[in-house]
Amino acid sequence: MPDPSVSPLPSLSEHRVDWPDRAVASLVWLVALLVTGSLLWIVGDLARHGAPELSWSFLTDSPRDAGRAGGILPVVVSTLMILGICLAVSLPMDVGTAIFLAEFTRTGGLLAHFVRRSLDVLAGVPSIVFGLFGNAFFSIYLGMGFSILSGGLTLACMVLPILIRSTEEGFRSVPDEYRKAAAALGLSQPATLWQILLPVATPGLVVGLILGVGRALAETAALLFTSGYVARMPSSVLDSGRTLSIHIYDLAMNVPGGESNAYTTALVLITLLLMINVLTFWIADRWLHRGITHR
Amino acid sequence: MNDKSVSIDRRPWTKRPACCESRDPCIEVRDLSVSYGGKLALRDVTLAIPLGCITAVVGPSGCGKSTFVGTLNRMTDLVDGCRVEGRVELGGHDILNGRTDLIGLRRRVGMIFQNPNPFPLSIRRSLTLPLRRHGVRNRRILDGKVEGILRRVGLWDEVKDRLDHPALDLSGGQQQRLCLARALVLEPQVLLLDEPCSALDPIAGGVVEDLILSLRGRYTVVIVTHNLAQARRVADDVAVFWVRAGAGAMIEHGPVESVFDAPRSEWTAAYVQGVHG
Ligand SMILES: Nc1ncnc2c1ncn2[C@@H]1O[C@H](COP(=O)(O)OP(=O)(O)OP(=O)(O)O)[C@@H](O)[C@H]1O
Ligand SMILES: [Mg+2]
Repeated sequence: MPDPSVSPLPSLSEHRVDWPDRAVASLVWLVALLVTGSLLWIVGDLARHGAPELSWSFLTDSPRDAGRAGGILPVVVSTLMILGICLAVSLPMDVGTAIFLAEFTRTGGLLAHFVRRSLDVLAGVPSIVFGLFGNAFFSIYLGMGFSILSGGLTLACMVLPILIRSTEEGFRSVPDEYRKAAAALGLSQPATLWQILLPVATPGLVVGLILGVGRALAETAALLFTSGYVARMPSSVLDSGRTLSIHIYDLAMNVPGGESNAYTTALVLITLLLMINVLTFWIADRWLHRGITHR
Repeated sequence: MNDKSVSIDRRPWTKRPACCESRDPCIEVRDLSVSYGGKLALRDVTLAIPLGCITAVVGPSGCGKSTFVGTLNRMTDLVDGCRVEGRVELGGHDILNGRTDLIGLRRRVGMIFQNPNPFPLSIRRSLTLPLRRHGVRNRRILDGKVEGILRRVGLWDEVKDRLDHPALDLSGGQQQRLCLARALVLEPQVLLLDEPCSALDPIAGGVVEDLILSLRGRYTVVIVTHNLAQARRVADDVAVFWVRAGAGAMIEHGPVESVFDAPRSEWTAAYVQGVHG
C-alpha cells in the first residue's frame, strides 16, 4: 500500500517545466550577461574614442601643450617605476606576513589576531588617507619629497592588506596532508614552504596580486600627495613622476581640449592592465608547473 | 618503575624468519602517556618493538592507535596542545628528549598515512625532492635511486614512461605505493604505517600488503590496522589498544598467535572474535 501522504511518483513520459528552476537560471544568466556586457561596453567606448589618436609616436613622445599634443612616454615610464617599487616592496612583505599568519600562527594567538584585524581595517581605508600618510611620512619625515619612490612606497602600504589576506587564504587552502607528508619525510620548514606550500598557494597570491595591481594602477588621490604630477621623464626614483591615472585625471578635468588624449591614455592604461594580468597568470602557471616539469 | 620493565617474548615462532629471530628491541616505549589539550588520550603504554619485525597495532576507533604511532616519529609535535610524557627509546636515545634532531629522527622513522598523500609534483620529483633535501645531489645517483626504489615497490613498469607526469594522476593504489617508495628511498630503519590499505580497494590493498610483508627483516615496521585478518597475515607481534577509564591503553601485547588464539584479556578475546565489546 503506498503512503497516501506522499504524492504519487510522477510519470516519466510527462515532461513538466519547473518554473522556479527556470527563473533562477535565467536570472543568473542575465546577471552574467549584464556584467560582461558593461565591461565590453566600457572597453568598446574607450576604443572608439581613444583608438583614432593611438599611434606609435603617442607611446614614444613626451607630452606637449599640457598633454593636448605629443605622447605619454614619461607617464608610462613613471607608472611602471611606481608599480615596480610598489611590488618589489609589497610582494616579499606579503609572502612573509601571509606565511606568518597561515603557517606559524595557525590556531591564532594575540599577535596574529591583532595583525589580521589591522589588515582588515587598512584594506577599507580610503586611498586619500594613505596619500596624507605617505606625504607626511615618506615625503616629509623621511625627506623623499614628491618622488616616484615615495609614491611607490605609499602604494605598497595601500595594496599590502589586499595582497596579504588573499595570499593567506592561498596558504590556508593547502591541504594539511602535504604538511604532514613533508614533516614525516624530514623536510625542513623552509624547504616545505618553498618547494611545496608556496606553489600550491600561488593561485591565492595571484588573485591578490591582480587586485592589488588593479588598485595601484587606478590610484590618483594617494599619488597626488606623494609622487606628484610632473610629466617630465624621470631621471631617478627620487624625481617626481606622473602616472597614467593622474594624467587622465589632469587631461579630463584641468586641460580644456584634452579629452581625446585622455581617452587614448585610458585605452593604454586598460591595455597595460590586461597585459599585466595575462603575464601574471602565465608566470604563475609556469611556477605551478615547475614542480611537475623541473627535475 | 622498574617492575614495569619491558618484557620481550622470546618464544620462537614458526612463521618468523631468522631476520627477526633475535627479538632485540628496536624501539622501547615506557610509560608513554599522551594528552590533547589536557585530555588524556593514551595512558601508560609500555612495550618493546622488536627489530626487523612487523608489529600490528589494533583496537577500536578512538583508542589511540594513531596517537601512539605518531609519538614514534614525533608527528604529535605538529598538533597544538598535544603533550607527550614517558620515554621512547630508539637506539638507546630517548627521542622525546627536547634536543632530538627531528629531521634526523624522521629520516630514520618513515611514515605512511591512511590516505595516499603524494605531493603535487611529478613522480620523479616526489622521490628526488626528499633525497636532495637529505644531501643527494648527483643526477646519476638520483636517477638510479628513483629506478631502484620504483622497482622495489613494483611501480617501475607502470610509470617508467611517465616519470615527469604528475604523481596525482596515479591511481589510489599506485599513489600509496609511491608514498611507500618516497619513505623507503630515504632508507629509514623504522616504518610507521597508519592504516595503509584502508583507503584502497581490496586488490590494490593486497598489493600494498604484499609489499609490507616484503619489508620484514629489513625494516622495523609498526602497522595500524582495523583489519584483524590483515594483522594476522602480516604481523609478528600484535598490540591491542582499548579505551579504558576514558583514555586509550594497551591491554595486550605479544606474538600474533598468542594474542589471537590465547588472549589473556576478555576484551581481546571478544575483539578478535568479532564480538562487539
Ligand atoms: N588532534 C587532536 N586533537 C584533539 N584530540 C585528538 C586529536 N587527535 C586525536 N585525538 C583524540 O585522541 C583519541 C585517540 O585518537 P586516535 O586518532 O589516536 O585514535 P585511533 O585509534 O587512531 O582511531 P581511528 O581508528 O579512528 O583512527 C581520540 O579520543 C581522539 O578524539
Ligand atoms: Mg587513526
